[in-house]
Formats: sequence, C-alpha cells, structure tokens
Amino acid sequence: MRSRTPLALAVPAVLGLAFLVLPLAGLLIRTPWSTLPQRLTEPGMLAALRLSLLTATLATLVCLALGVPLAWLLARSGLPGRRLFRALVTVPLVLPPVVGGVALLLVFGRRGLVGEWLDATFGVSLPFSTAGVVVAEAFVAMPFLVIAVEGALRGADARYEEAAATLGAGRWTVFRRVTLPLIGPGVAAGAVLCWARALGEFGATITFAGNFPGRTQTMPLAVYLALEQDLDAAIVLSMVLLVVSVAILAVLRDRWLGAG
Amino acid sequence: MRARALLAAAVLLAAGCGDAGGAADANVVTVLAASSLTESFTRLGDAYERDRPGAEVRFSFGGSSGLAQQIVSGAPADVFAAASPATMKTVTDAGRGAGPPAVFARNQLVIAVPKGNPRRITTPAALAGRDVKVALCAAQVPCGSAAATALAAAGVEVTPVTQEQDVKAALAKVKLGEVDAALVYRTDARSAAAEVDAVEFAGSARAVNDYPVVALTDAPNPDGAAAFVAFVRGPAGQQILADAGFQRP
Repeated sequence: MRSRTPLALAVPAVLGLAFLVLPLAGLLIRTPWSTLPQRLTEPGMLAALRLSLLTATLATLVCLALGVPLAWLLARSGLPGRRLFRALVTVPLVLPPVVGGVALLLVFGRRGLVGEWLDATFGVSLPFSTAGVVVAEAFVAMPFLVIAVEGALRGADARYEEAAATLGAGRWTVFRRVTLPLIGPGVAAGAVLCWARALGEFGATITFAGNFPGRTQTMPLAVYLALEQDLDAAIVLSMVLLVVSVAILAVLRDRWLGAG
Repeated sequence: MRARALLAAAVLLAAGCGDAGGAADANVVTVLAASSLTESFTRLGDAYERDRPGAEVRFSFGGSSGLAQQIVSGAPADVFAAASPATMKTVTDAGRGAGPPAVFARNQLVIAVPKGNPRRITTPAALAGRDVKVALCAAQVPCGSAAATALAAAGVEVTPVTQEQDVKAALAKVKLGEVDAALVYRTDARSAAAEVDAVEFAGSARAVNDYPVVALTDAPNPDGAAAFVAFVRGPAGQQILADAGFQRP
C-alpha cells in the first residue's frame, strides 16, 4: 500500500530529477542520428571504449582488493588516529582530479619518490602506460568504495561477528564467513559507484597517464579531444559511453542486487 | 545570517551572469584568448588598463577550440583571440565576428628540453631515438597540427609517448621531467625559461602559427572591444608580444 507523497518532497524531487536528466536529453537531441552508423565505425572509437571498460574494471578490482580491508580497518579496528585516516581517505574526493594527476606524477613519475625506485629496480614506468590509467582511476575512485563499505560495516550488527568469535572462529574466518556476507550489498554498491567513477575519469588520467590512442586514451579523453574539432563526434562518443555503461549497470543490478 | 547569504548566492546562481550590460560593467572588456597567450595578454591587459584609467580587462584563457565553442554557444564576450585561423573560422562562420579577423602575431615551434638539455637533443632527428620520450600536442589542437607539419618538413617520424590536450600540458610534462622533450611554441618555452631550454630547428619555419583576433557581435561593450583589438595591433601591444617571443605578422 503506497501512501501519497507529500508535496514538500514531490516538488523538489521532480526538480532534482529534471536537473539530472535534462542535460542527457540535450545530448540526445543533438545526437546526429543520420550520420550515426558511419561515426560509430570510426577507427579509434572501439579501442577507446575497450580501454575504458578494461581499465575501469581493473581499477575497481584494485579498489576492492585494497579498499575493503581499508574500510574494515576504519570501521572495526582499534587503530589510533582513525578519525584522521577517515578524513584522509576522502582527499581524492575533494582534490581536483588534475591536481590528483600531478600528485601521482610527483610520487610515481620518473622523478617521483616511488617512481624513480620502481624504474631503477624493476624497469617499471607507470606514466604513459595502461597501468598508469588504472592507477589514476583507482586513486580517484577508491574513496567511493571505502566510504560505501565503511558505512555498511558500521550499519552491520557486530554481534554476529562476536557470536562467531565466541564459537571459536578466528578473525580472518569471521571476516570471510560472517562480515563479508553481511556487508555484501554495501560492497556491491560501492563497487558500482567506484566503477562508474573510474569509467568517467578524465583529469587525473590525462595528467598522469597522458593521451595515446590504444594505450592510454580512454573514452572521456577521446570525447575531450573530439570536442576540439567536431562537436558531433564528441556527442556520439559520449552517447556510446553512456549507453554502454548504463546497460552494464542495469544488467549487474538485475543479476546481483536483485530488482530494486 | 548564513541562511540569507546562502539564499542570496542561490538567487545569483539562478539569475546567472546575464547582467553583463549593467552600468557598473560599462568599462569592462571581456576577452577570451588562447592559453598560449596567457602571459603576454595578461601583461597587455595591464598596459591597456594603465593607458585608459577606469577600464578593466577580464580574461578567460583556454584551448582555442573550447573557447570558440563557448562563443558559438552564445558566451557573452567582447573579443576573441585564437591560436589558429581554423578555430577563428568556426566563430566567424557562426556569424559572431563583428568584422574580418586580423592576424596580430605569429608563433613558431621549438623543442623544449629540461634545463641544461641532459639528453643533448639538438635536432628533430634526435626525437626519433628509441629511448627518447617525447610529448606532442594532439592532432586536434593547433600546436599538434603545427608539430605534424614541422616534423614532416624536417623529415622525421616521431612516436610520442603522449598526445597532450594543449601546449601547456605538453610543457608541464617537460617541467616535471616525465618526458625528455616536447614540441611547444617558442613563447611557451620562453615563459618557462627557468625550467626548460628551447632548441630552435629549421623545419619549424614551415609551420608558423597565425594568431587572429576579432571583436565579437553582441559584445556587451562594443567600443571597448574595438579599442582593445586596436591596442593589441598597435605599437604598445606589438612590443609586449614581441618581448614574449611572438613574431610580428
């Protein structure tokens, strides 16, 4: 049984929806439908799309591997200075991505604190490589995952974990068999946010990884450069990125999160 | 108090910046200029303001193509200075040029290398070396097409590690030491003379970039627009541009 939505909520809600959806409508209206098929087959577009999907997925995996334990540390452990760390985790959120890219160069660049050592020891150089794109995207997207997972952890009832512990389960077993299933939806939501943010990443990527077709040129970079010459091409690229990402998210939602 | 300030901010946001023709702004000239003009035009604006007490020049620097796009979409501005005739053409084709654009400066590419030229790069041919990391501008932006022409004229094929979105980004990669060389405009290299050295090369004369300027139709301040364009093309403006490394048209 649904109750009537109060007007005080309905009006701003509709305005909010319109605000988010109208720019999308603008894109749709300006899409050059007549030349669309030929534009879709332009060389370079598939390479950029493939690279975008690959790097966003790899970045999400990196974020999951590092971010879930980090969220656990922030939510569950007795780590001193947790508040400070919690604030530091959000730094990439407030940092303009271009600044993030410069910061990454100063650390992982050829002359960077870690980069110089990586280069000398392993001959690995991250800037201008596909791995560099993954690093830039993971840097910008990880806070979304950490915040979502930490929220889920704080919301989850710690008594289940305590019960498991009193029954003799070790901390790792508790985490794996009790905590993770409890916060599953939170992790999934965080991963989706993280993936979406990584997919749209522009500033840190172009600054840290540069722009080279097939290697570091993701869709947002391709869109930006297309905009320099040809608005229609930029719109087509944007539409492709939008349609593909929305389709993937819709499928994932049905598969794993259940219909909402 | 805070709530009222917030409300005022919201109202301002909602009203947009549509009051550019207000009485207080009568002496303001709004200039959209290519990012490679950042240093020289800032200096030029100061000189213009000293010349005309009460006048104020407001700049918005950015990639020429992006600025042209803003102007075609109706951005309120008085003057547009582009880094290439092609981007200027998108503005004049859209009917936003108040007259024919005039070329006011020329710029030429140099090879920017870290201070002291550690890799001893003296010719474009050195850029083709296997372990030399080079940043070029992307072909879509003026400095990228100029680089392609200049390198072709020099008979060198260069595979860059990155195709940057504008000339300042390419220069930044040299400053940060991430690449061994980049093709940038002479004026950009000069503005960063503390950190980079410029290597002149013969082929660059084949890819000279023209900088056109135009007063815009629907300018909030048409008199100011005409006066500023005249100042850029006049002796004082030309001197400032020459000091920055531009060639006279």
